[in-house]
Amino acid sequence: MNNFLQVIIDIASNPALLVALIAILGLVLQKKNISDIVKGGVKTFVGFIVLTTGADAVVKALEPFGGMFQEAFNMQGVVPNNEAIVAVALNDYGTTTAIIMLLGMVFNILIARLTKFKYIFLTGHHTLYMAAMIAVILAVVGFDTWQLLILGGLTLGIIMTISPAIVQPFMRQLTGKDQIALGHFSAATYALSGWIGSKVGNKEKSTEDIKFPKGLGFLRDSTVSIALTMAVIYIIVALFAGGAYVTENFSGGVNHVMYAAQQAGTFAAGVFVILAGVRLILAEIVPAFKGISQKLVPNAKPALDCPIVFTYAPNAVLIGFFASFVGGLVSMIVMAFTGGVIILPGVVPHFFVGATAGVIGNASGGIRGSVIGSFVNGIAISFLPVFLLPVLGDLGFAGTTFSDADFALSGLFLGTLGSSGGKIAVIIGIAAVLIAMFAATFMSKDKKQAA
Amino acid sequence: MLRIGTACGSGLGSSFMVQMNIEQILNELGVDQSQVEVEHYDMGSVSPDSADVWFVAADLAEAASHLGDVRILNSIIDMDELKEKVTALAEEKGLI
Repeated sequence: MNNFLQVIIDIASNPALLVALIAILGLVLQKKNISDIVKGGVKTFVGFIVLTTGADAVVKALEPFGGMFQEAFNMQGVVPNNEAIVAVALNDYGTTTAIIMLLGMVFNILIARLTKFKYIFLTGHHTLYMAAMIAVILAVVGFDTWQLLILGGLTLGIIMTISPAIVQPFMRQLTGKDQIALGHFSAATYALSGWIGSKVGNKEKSTEDIKFPKGLGFLRDSTVSIALTMAVIYIIVALFAGGAYVTENFSGGVNHVMYAAQQAGTFAAGVFVILAGVRLILAEIVPAFKGISQKLVPNAKPALDCPIVFTYAPNAVLIGFFASFVGGLVSMIVMAFTGGVIILPGVVPHFFVGATAGVIGNASGGIRGSVIGSFVNGIAISFLPVFLLPVLGDLGFAGTTFSDADFALSGLFLGTLGSSGGKIAVIIGIAAVLIAMFAATFMSKDKKQAA
Repeated sequence: MLRIGTACGSGLGSSFMVQMNIEQILNELGVDQSQVEVEHYDMGSVSPDSADVWFVAADLAEAASHLGDVRILNSIIDMDELKEKVTALAEEKGLI
């Protein structure tokens, strides 16, 4: 009996096996044949190992960065990149993350079914990343095993349902329909951008009326843009830290600029591998989630990844990126003067989040809305992580962090409650949000009945 | 076997979604599953021989022009447009 229990524990402690089992569960529930179930299970299992392989490369590439930055500028430098911080988190929280992700999807379906917030969050990689963050923060607050998993899953389910709801008014404006929602964890800055556009913008002057140069398409290739920007950042830091410091402490004699370029390339390579791994993991899990949720909550709106809005305003995509990036640069300079932590502009968040903010800002306020909305978004996603770092425990010193607004805001909510009132405060906080969602549902039902 | 590929910037969200939608449409059309394979890729790692036909969003049209037979989607969330284009493809290749 003990041996059997030990086997169960061993399986449960192996995240790769766990996600494979989740995928198999999803395939079985969809009544797939044996060959599909085996193929899906194995693919998912291998996918997780691919992910951890990429994670190791990213962690290795980032190790010297903190020390070099401190030596160069006497401050803690952080480059926000979701894949990188999740890589670090999965080292210690792999299993917890996998289970929270599974429970999060279950609660998403339950909440969508029982409340008026009928959104099913289908952007799997964001679900995975948010699960990792919640795992870390709740562990730091002091929860363990069962409480951690159930509370974590519930929190994730709530966030998965609320985030699309916040942006939906602006999605309706953009798409002209109410059938598709946005599933990308920076809803706060998207709604902000849309609101700013509606206040200061002019819808008539759209970004799409401008003629744009074609040569900037390479920015859509994440691997290239990450490698280039990390190389610039890393080399500048290496130059300021000084050749001697780098060769003595990190590169074992190799020229510091070469070393920096190599580390930047390793970082980009690692992210590429992580994404390949994530793709494999989600390949079976997301369709299963989509299929099951369609059966259980048929009138729910799918909340999809941010590029779905890019075709509505391709120019706004680039304008949004640049404006957000400039916002990031300005924030960085301000932080340089205040000292302490400095958030360097992460090209991936400024691209995807900035672009989306740009498109939504254009829909509500034309060029002005797009530019100002994404600029403010850029500032927000630079400053918010600063407040998130302290609640991440050891993860706050990883040289990278979660990059999108909803991560920072949710993390701050949980972490601040935790540090001011401990576990009870967190439980009360989450319960309060859930009660509010049900209350909102009952109130709108009453209105409908009264009418 | 007809290989259909979808591609997007990160190879995760939108290309995956288009893949799932194409698979759903092929199912609805009654296409034999063993005759078609649909996969998603990221723009950085695609090569023309990864698939026979590509479905790509309009804003990536330039970047995807080297892939051969590319069907451009004006909106990656418009199921009607996708259904029209997938049906046309299926008829072309004699799958329905």
